[in-house]
Order: sequence, then structure tokens, then C-alpha cells
Amino acid sequence: MSVVAPLPRGTLGARVGRGAVDWIPAAAVLVLGILAWEGIVRGLDIQRFLLPAPSAIIDTLWEQRELLQAAGIYTFSEALGGFAIGCTLAVLAAIVLARFRSFGRALMPFAIAANAVPIIAFAPITNQWFGPLEKTSKMAIAAILVFFPVMVNTLRGLTSVRPPQIELMRSYAAGEVEIFRRVRIPNSLPYVFSALKVATVLAMIGAVVGEYFLSSQEALGFQIRNSAALFQFELAWAAITVASVLGILFYLAVVLVERLTMSWHPSTRAD
Amino acid sequence: MSTTASSAVSVTDLSKRFERGDVLALDRIDLEVQPGEFVSLIGPSGCGKSTLLRIIGDLIRPSEGDVLVNGKSAHQARLDRDYGIVFQDAVLYDWRTVVKNIALPLEMAGWDKQRREARVREMLELVELSGFEKHHPWQLSGGMQQRVSIARALSFSPALLLMDEPFGALDEMTRERMNNELLRIWQETRSTVVFVTHSIAESVFLSTRVVVMSARPGRIAGIVEIDLPQPRSPETREHPRFAEHITQVRRLLRKGHALDAPEEDETPLYVAEEGL
Repeated sequence: MSVVAPLPRGTLGARVGRGAVDWIPAAAVLVLGILAWEGIVRGLDIQRFLLPAPSAIIDTLWEQRELLQAAGIYTFSEALGGFAIGCTLAVLAAIVLARFRSFGRALMPFAIAANAVPIIAFAPITNQWFGPLEKTSKMAIAAILVFFPVMVNTLRGLTSVRPPQIELMRSYAAGEVEIFRRVRIPNSLPYVFSALKVATVLAMIGAVVGEYFLSSQEALGFQIRNSAALFQFELAWAAITVASVLGILFYLAVVLVERLTMSWHPSTRAD
Repeated sequence: MSTTASSAVSVTDLSKRFERGDVLALDRIDLEVQPGEFVSLIGPSGCGKSTLLRIIGDLIRPSEGDVLVNGKSAHQARLDRDYGIVFQDAVLYDWRTVVKNIALPLEMAGWDKQRREARVREMLELVELSGFEKHHPWQLSGGMQQRVSIARALSFSPALLLMDEPFGALDEMTRERMNNELLRIWQETRSTVVFVTHSIAESVFLSTRVVVMSARPGRIAGIVEIDLPQPRSPETREHPRFAEHITQVRRLLRKGHALDAPEEDETPLYVAEEGL
């Protein structure tokens, strides 16, 4: 019998410790980058409308924390709503197209073409359709943005099953529904999650850019556009920082769910 | 041999034409496999041996002819889960642990959890993989993956085991060990095996009969009864008749090839050997 390495184990502490060591270079780059930014702005006496110093942005983040928090929650709820609607519809559409392949083959070229269209250009239209002051108009643009990549990837995951995996199921007298449930859906998960990660970013872009055109004053996008127009650059940058942090947290939340649901997958094992 | 209800597999006048490219993959095949037999199908690539195996398993439909498995139509036999199948690739589901891969056919047959667990434990012992229950397929070597695949195919005790070059991707040493294990399992379970291979030595070592096929169109060139003592052991390979049987199979393969392409240089050699 061949010798196989035991399952990767280790105490949580050891894992976190190792993780922390891995993060040191990245953390160092971040700190050095911010320090360099601060140094350049001060040393070269750069105008604040070109680039405010990080310290000024941090001050503003603190001073305007209530405004920014409310705006962040407002915009994030739009992104999250659009993400949920768009991804749900995309997965359902992929399942239908995978089940009825000729239907799928007829629609696929359009889905791929739609994927290449700058969908964000439709934002003024969805604003009009769903009301510029309504959250639903931003959810709509976010949902449309995430729909195509999630649909195309999910469809690929559902259909890229190796033929013997299907033959084996048929040898167990499995029908199409059972093959779907036991093989196609689990097989699609890695594809779905890589699409969902992209979708978090797209949903935030959809919400914020949608708000640039017209929106409630509570929104992050409105704050960014408005404060830039009013020469309140520190506030614009602070709002951009909030949007970025929310986007990163959103992404990491999906990564966490991915790791929990796909612990079987080699890619989710750091060791 | 006539078709009888007692045959494990009965193939009558079977042909398969693939529409794409209009290839005649199998041409009027007749084959009877009796319960408890270990029959190998051997032939050059493209002779249709894997196609024949898949037709027996009702994974491909024949163009003409009849296939009976355990006395019923191949289709009904598949719906009744009468056979287990093992492919060249282990075809394990990555998201399932070793235990859950082996339990899959049992789940689908509606066995309750307790019965499944007991059966899987037995199977793990049979293929000597106890201790690897919670491993995922990617954590196992190729030989171990194939053992899981065999355990899965045997887990629901099918009377018939269909194997499509199951050890083709393994190195020589692992392959010989797997051959010994397979024979031990065959003896213990008293199942019928139809085994596709392209290794002459493997077919002779394992089988009670070797069906030699020729290519384009796929036909049966001849059948060799393997008259070697049971149970087979590593010493079987040194038995004088082992070498004889290998020669018989090789000649049939060459004959099939010569029939297929009579203009080739091999023809004089075949004539000379025929005189031996």
C-alpha cells in the first residue's frame, strides 16, 4: 500500500499564526504605501484637489462618520439587493439552459455578446424605469451587471461534466433530475463561486455608478460626486474609501462561504 | 453456443454503426458469458471493445442485434442496477469523500444509513483502504482511486462487473498488484466479470476466456480458453501454459490484423506461424 500524507491538520492557532506570517509582506507594502503617499503630498506640497493626504482623509472619515456610515449602508444594501436578484436569476437561467440544451445553444451567442456590452451605459435608463430616487433602480443595474457572468459561468459548470461521470450515474439507473442534483450542481460550484466573487465587485460598481447619475442624497455615489463638485475632496476620498472597504468585505464574505461549502476542493486548502 | 436464460451476458448478431463518420464499429458480434466467468475483451484500439462493453451496460444503444443481461434486456438490467461498472479513469466525485463515493450507488438504491455504513466498511476492508474513509479523491494515489472505484462498483453486490481498461493508466507494478486483488475479489464475490484490456499478459492472467477482436469493423477474431489453474497467483505467470496462451492470443490478434489489412508485410510471418 502506498504511503499517503495524512489529512492536513494543525491547531487553529498554528494555522492563524502561519496565515499572519504570510500576510506580513502585504501589510508592510500597505503601510509603506500610505506613508509614501503622505510624504509625497507634504513634501511636494500637492494641491488638495489633486490628491489629499491620507491623514486628511482619515480625519474626514472620523468627522463625517455618521454621514458616511448611513451612505455606506444605503449603497451596500443596493449592491447586495442587486447581487441577490441578479445571481438568483442567473443561476435559474443557467439551470434551464443546461436542461434544455438546444434552447441554450440558441441563446448562448446573445448571452456572450451581452457580456461584452458596457451594461453600465444603461444606468440612466434603469434610473428612469425604476425611479432615480429609488433603491430599486440601482439594484436593477447591479443585477443586470452580475447576471451575464454568473449565468455563463454557471452554465459552463453545469455542462462541463466529464462523460464517464454521467455514464456512471446512468449505470445506477439515474434520471436527468438525479444527475443534475448529484453531479451537475456540485460540479458547477467552483465555477459559480468564481463568478460570485466577480459579481460582488460588479454589484458595487453598479450601485455606485448608478448613483452618480441621479440618486437619493443618502447614497455613497451621490456623496462622492457631490463633494468632488463642491471641492470637498477629502470627503469624496473618504466616501471612496468606504465604498472600497465595503467592496472588499463583500468579496471576502463570498470567499468565506466558498471555503465553507467547498471544503472538499483542493483550491480551498491553503496547505 | 445458444442463447440461454442462464447466461450472464448474451450478445446476438450485434452491430453498431456510428452515424458520425459512418463507421461500422461492431459487425455481427455473438458472445455468451456464463455466470462466474471472467471474460476479457482484447483488441487493437478502434476494435470496438469499449463500445461493446457500453452496449452491454445499456450506455450506448446497438444499431442491430440483441443483448440480454441476466436473461433480461440490457435496458431493463440497467434500470434494475444489475451491473457495476469501472472505467479507465476512476471517475470519483471530487466533492464526495471515499466513504461517500462508495456509498453513492447504495444511496441511490435507497439503503438506509446504518446498512450503508456497514456495507461501506466491508468494502473498504475488501479493497484494503480502511483508514482512508474521510479522504477526498485528490488525496489518493491513482491505484487507491481505482480501488475506491472498484469498491463502489461492488458495493451493491451486482452479479456482473463491467470493467473498461480499469488498470490502463497505472504503472506496471501497481497494475500487477491490482490484478491480484481483483482476482481475490472475484473469487470472494463469485461475480461475473467482463474486462476490456489492451494488455495480452493481463488478459491471460486474469481470464477464464479471452475474446480477441479485430478492428474496422470490430469483429471477434477468435476466443481463447485459458486453461490455467485457479486460484491464480504471481506464480501463474511462470506456468508453462501462460506463455502458450500469450502466443495464442497474440496470433489471433495478428490474424485479425492481417485479415484487416492483407497487403501489409506481416502476412508472410502469419503464414509461417500458421504452419507451426
